Amino acid sequence: MLYSDRKIIEMRLPLNEKVLKGLKAGDEVLLSGVLFTARDQAHQRLAALLRKKVSLPFDLKGQVIYYCGPTRTPPGKAIGSCGPTTSSRMDSLTAPLLRAGVIGMIGKGRRSEEVRKLIRKHKAAYFLATGGTGAFLSKRVISAKAVFLKELGPEAVYRLVVKDFPVIVGIDSRGEDVFDR
Amino acid sequence: MERRKNNTMKRLTEKIISATIARLCVEANTCFRKDMKEALVRAINSESNPRAKSILKELLENAALAKSEKIALCQDTGLPVVFAEIGCDVDVRGLDLNRAINKGVEEGYRRGYLRESIVSDPLDRRKGSKFSPCIIHFDFGLHKGLRLTVLPKGFGCENKTQLKMFVPNTPIVEIKDFIVSAVKAAGPDACPPYVVGVGIGGSADYASLLSKKALLRHIGKRSAQALVAGIEKELLADINKLDIGPMGLGGKTTAFGVNILTYPTHIAGLPVVVNISCHVLRSAGAVLR
Repeated sequence: MLYSDRKIIEMRLPLNEKVLKGLKAGDEVLLSGVLFTARDQAHQRLAALLRKKVSLPFDLKGQVIYYCGPTRTPPGKAIGSCGPTTSSRMDSLTAPLLRAGVIGMIGKGRRSEEVRKLIRKHKAAYFLATGGTGAFLSKRVISAKAVFLKELGPEAVYRLVVKDFPVIVGIDSRGEDVFDR
Repeated sequence: MERRKNNTMKRLTEKIISATIARLCVEANTCFRKDMKEALVRAINSESNPRAKSILKELLENAALAKSEKIALCQDTGLPVVFAEIGCDVDVRGLDLNRAINKGVEEGYRRGYLRESIVSDPLDRRKGSKFSPCIIHFDFGLHKGLRLTVLPKGFGCENKTQLKMFVPNTPIVEIKDFIVSAVKAAGPDACPPYVVGVGIGGSADYASLLSKKALLRHIGKRSAQALVAGIEKELLADINKLDIGPMGLGGKTTAFGVNILTYPTHIAGLPVVVNISCHVLRSAGAVLR
């Protein structure tokens, strides 16, 4: 069994090529540090802005993008329910973000062959978070702030500070895919 | 709340309908369905793949946290699908039921800190999203009271819906293959373990409605028709051999249940719709009398 050793790797964000090199598909990782959320509409907008070479209010270089649109934030909490959305919808808009320096993505489900090759080319990584555990994952978020495209509500870009955010390596920097079983 | 009329007809108000819908929206999104929890516990006990087992335990922990923290089970609080079945002893004359139900959805989603997941224009999505409108299915029956059921349907799994118009004498094995292939196509993407709702018969639109209604049936209960109950059991066994498992990472828990509803259909056709639910199958119901 590929995942028999349940060793959990702790990692600080932002990530870099060197630390990603040490990860292989199927590894369990706890991420701590800064993540940026972006899902369907944010991807459309970011891709369009990058195409026009407009500078963004935050630097994508070395960042990890989390495919997530949280619920509203209940009083006294850092964030509402905040699990991953289906990654394949972002496949066609992933290339410009990787070119802009994004080094990791978090979502759920399979990626296209094109994305797998792009991940290998950019020596990046794709992580899986457990879908449908938005309440559980919200406890691993220390703070959340909408930083871009605020008018999109749940689809805005949020800057999250996370602590021990649990993910599994879906596609590693060599392009190995956990779903190729 | 309600006024008796002729001692038999019960008069409902828009206010009580809105308040009930609001409560059901919060309940469905934060309290894990009892039959789902039971199925999850059974799966934890029978799953032998260690990673699958640990993911299933995470789902149970998620449900406990959602309840204690009063937070949504999943950030996709769905497209609320509301079933309103008007009984033979309720008087709804003069009421705007569409308005009452949508108002309830907005109230509930706001109060529960749920998510605005509805785009007003499906072709122009730049303006952001809202809590409503929801989808409403009205029906009339001989039961008493107004039955209200809210099913917030997440769209990761709704996107995996499949419809096929079979020819009348298609062997059952081909229909079963179609249903299994729909689950296979959903694969790891739509948050397995799934609950598979199937509608067989009626028209294309009615089979779709049946496939959604099938998700409301207790997942431990089989169809009352022996033939259909047999197909449900065989399908569940076949699906659980696919080794998709929790989050698609392998294991024998690919689905918790298969629920099929059938209806008479035309001599020339045999519509079949597969509507998949993720492991966070949510619904809540109440009867207003």
